[in-house]
Amino acid sequence: MNYLGKDVTLKVVGTRPIRPDGVDKVVGRAAFGADFAVAGMIHGKVVRSPHAHARILSINTKKAEAMPGVKAVITAADLPDIASEEAFVGEGPVNFRDLSRNTMARDKVLYDGHAVAAVAATSVSIAEEAARLIEVEYEVLPHVIDVEEAMQAGAPILHDDLITQGVDPKPTKASNIAKRVEFKLGDSKAAFAKADVIVEGVYRTAPVHQAYIEPHACVVAMGTDGQAQVWCSSQGQFMVRAFCAKLLGIDIANIRVTPLEIGGGFGGKTLVYLEPLALALSRKSGRPVKMVMSREEVFRGSGPTSGGVIKVKIGATKNGRIVAAECEVALQAGAYPGSPIGPACMTPFAMYDLSDVSIWGFDVVSNRPKVAAYRAPGAPISTFAVESAVDELARKLKMDPVELRLINAAKNGTKAAYGPTLKDIGYIETLEAAKTSPHWTSDLGAAPKGTKRGRGIASGFWFNIGGESSGAVYINEDGTVTVVSGNPDIGGSRASMAMMAAEVLGIGVERVRPIVGDTASVGYSFLTGGSRVTFATGMAVTQAAEQARDDLCRRAALLWEIDAAAVEWRDGMAHPAGENAGKFDPLSLAAIAAKSGRTGGPITGKASINAQGAGPGYATHLCDVEVDEETGHVKVLRYTAIQDVGKAIHPAYVEGQLQGGAVQGIGWALNEEYIYNKDGRLDNPGFLDYRVPVASDLPMIETILVEVPNPRHPFGAKGVGEAPIVPPMAAVANAIEDAIGIRMHNLPMSPPRVRAALDGAKS
Amino acid sequence: MAKIHVTATINGEEAEFLCEPQQTMLDVLRDELSLTGSKEGCGSGDCGACSIIVDGRLVCSCLMFGAEAAGTDIMTIEGMAQGEKLHPLQQKFLEHAALQCGFCTPGVLVASKALLDRHPNPTEEQARYWLAGNLCRCTGYDKIIEALMDAAAEMRGE
Repeated sequence: MNYLGKDVTLKVVGTRPIRPDGVDKVVGRAAFGADFAVAGMIHGKVVRSPHAHARILSINTKKAEAMPGVKAVITAADLPDIASEEAFVGEGPVNFRDLSRNTMARDKVLYDGHAVAAVAATSVSIAEEAARLIEVEYEVLPHVIDVEEAMQAGAPILHDDLITQGVDPKPTKASNIAKRVEFKLGDSKAAFAKADVIVEGVYRTAPVHQAYIEPHACVVAMGTDGQAQVWCSSQGQFMVRAFCAKLLGIDIANIRVTPLEIGGGFGGKTLVYLEPLALALSRKSGRPVKMVMSREEVFRGSGPTSGGVIKVKIGATKNGRIVAAECEVALQAGAYPGSPIGPACMTPFAMYDLSDVSIWGFDVVSNRPKVAAYRAPGAPISTFAVESAVDELARKLKMDPVELRLINAAKNGTKAAYGPTLKDIGYIETLEAAKTSPHWTSDLGAAPKGTKRGRGIASGFWFNIGGESSGAVYINEDGTVTVVSGNPDIGGSRASMAMMAAEVLGIGVERVRPIVGDTASVGYSFLTGGSRVTFATGMAVTQAAEQARDDLCRRAALLWEIDAAAVEWRDGMAHPAGENAGKFDPLSLAAIAAKSGRTGGPITGKASINAQGAGPGYATHLCDVEVDEETGHVKVLRYTAIQDVGKAIHPAYVEGQLQGGAVQGIGWALNEEYIYNKDGRLDNPGFLDYRVPVASDLPMIETILVEVPNPRHPFGAKGVGEAPIVPPMAAVANAIEDAIGIRMHNLPMSPPRVRAALDGAKS
Repeated sequence: MAKIHVTATINGEEAEFLCEPQQTMLDVLRDELSLTGSKEGCGSGDCGACSIIVDGRLVCSCLMFGAEAAGTDIMTIEGMAQGEKLHPLQQKFLEHAALQCGFCTPGVLVASKALLDRHPNPTEEQARYWLAGNLCRCTGYDKIIEALMDAAAEMRGE
């Protein structure tokens, strides 16, 4: 059932209660990955490659093994050699063989930071010292870091068996291009003839890291009976279980994964790195093993998102109607195939109602860490180019950029270039909200001497997904309620689960205690990603709560000895209805729960579903900047994030998603990048040189929540977490162009780059 | 290697521990004293997740040796609430939804307290620069600043 009707008054959904896990997090009690410990545990450390590309000739572990306190040393020889097999366990397709080799290199190392061995010892310092005693002999090979260089003939080849997919006829020689994809609607080539104005450009983005503040961490214990336990911070306990089972050759039933609090993920914790190694070390040593990455290991050894090269061409009539659009995207996948090239191609034109569009994409390997998902994977990269080009188009046509977008905006019934027909979308509503917002209608203010100010706007799209989710609702004997779901809570989802259950049961949210279950105590749930949890897991929890509510009515009917259909649930109580109305005093949830033993036993509801019908998210962002002409420094003066969120279950945490996504995008736009030296080594694996935005870089981030309900969710919710990172890079670039009259094509738009652009414009 | 015997006051109580010379105060708090509220996000003083107050000064505990704690008076996140009663900053962080994952939160709270101890009436700009050493990747800082300013106002009795 749904709760969207005008006659439905929501009492909990849409309010801003204190989150149920909040107190633990403000007093330091919440247990994250590295906070967990078990008796008898030892400590593991990884040995990593110092080379970008090399053949492993030999690994000598004898000295390390002989060191007092060392309990186990492993290399790829201690793990099964997995055959190539596509899996759909993580966010986007993963090849088990590649994942296994990314976790522990076999034969070749493919990037600086690639794991080659691991050691476990009775203390962290002994493990670190033993790791230094492991001797690896390498034959250094030529490497390639840059995506365009990797695509050229004659580039060093990473995988001798990598033949480009999606090309006809099938190539016979190995290359670094793993895949070519194409999306087409109409005939873009012919349609450009109808254009009065054409804009074209080549844009480049740098690879950036998710930069969650909590490094990867786990504790594992493997018994001699083959039973394994894993306690870790991840975006999916079932994902960890599936990957570990496959990579170690263990049955799924023999691994139990307990999710700990997760200190940020943003897509970066949708894969395994340490857990399979820790399990192998535990199996070999017979001891529980704890492993924690250092920050440097996080940067060198875990997945950032791709950098890319994007060519875009858009043609429009002089009235501003876009008649043809083309985009070609090449993305770095890192050491193994699997960049987010699909979504990068499918998203950048999804804001527009177009009849003739072509998009081509290339998935390219190079000697960098294998990329991992990062918030709306791929979309921010291609959208930076397309939304910059749309801004250029508005300037060429001398049109207001909001009006230009309104003329071309996707609406209900628009067929998207990537296939589906869009429905129940709220893109136009975000543009209308932008147009009348306090920000857009305000004056930019006078720029201090030596600076220039500008304002930019950009939009973005993200699919949002549904998928497999489980939830259970237990009515406790004192009238409180426990809600168990299968998704790690990465940004407040326990609050929204508790709120939806409370709304269905008609009780205060403080009586509902939500927890995230381990893999043995709740049904399978796909990982926390794709902005799916409030939508899909929320749907499962709502259905579970409805089952419990219906059972509560049935129990009341038994106590009253009337027909169950003659009981109605209102305000947390069973009321006799119909001809029985008024015959009995209402029974509260607590009263029915107290007597559940007499009416059939415990009252519970459980739902395991494959949720369909996630509503896509549209965002429009406004940005004001001040550019220092002497230093090239760009200061963000004002920022507004507008988004269609369907229905905000807990508006404060929805605003938080918009604000956090926007600021990550500002970092991507202005500061963040992986910097490699000529030897292919990462030069900035730390927060001092990889600079994420800090509080003093930013203004307050204003938000406007547009609510166009998704009728396929009981409360109308759409995913909200990813769309907000899609528009910022173009919004900032468009503001810079507005300020200094220069189109910045390359990210990050750091002070030296902006200063060079200013100098270039002068000469 | 011989361990060093250290006594200090931690969260108002006399504490005694043995540590290796190279052990950081963060390691001591987490591994020797089971005070795991202080987090390691970088180990290099760049993220502020391990912030503690030592003799009234805000310090990254990952940049301090355990041995340096001898004779000092230290406050960690575990010492911020008075029993069941949350510090106004903790309460306001909850009310303003100023945390998402919560990993940076202990450090941000300790740093915010150190600010208000010195400057009970900070401007937004002062607060932003004071917290510039505390990285938060989830919130975009907006609600953190709101919560801090609101807590400051409440503590001033406004």
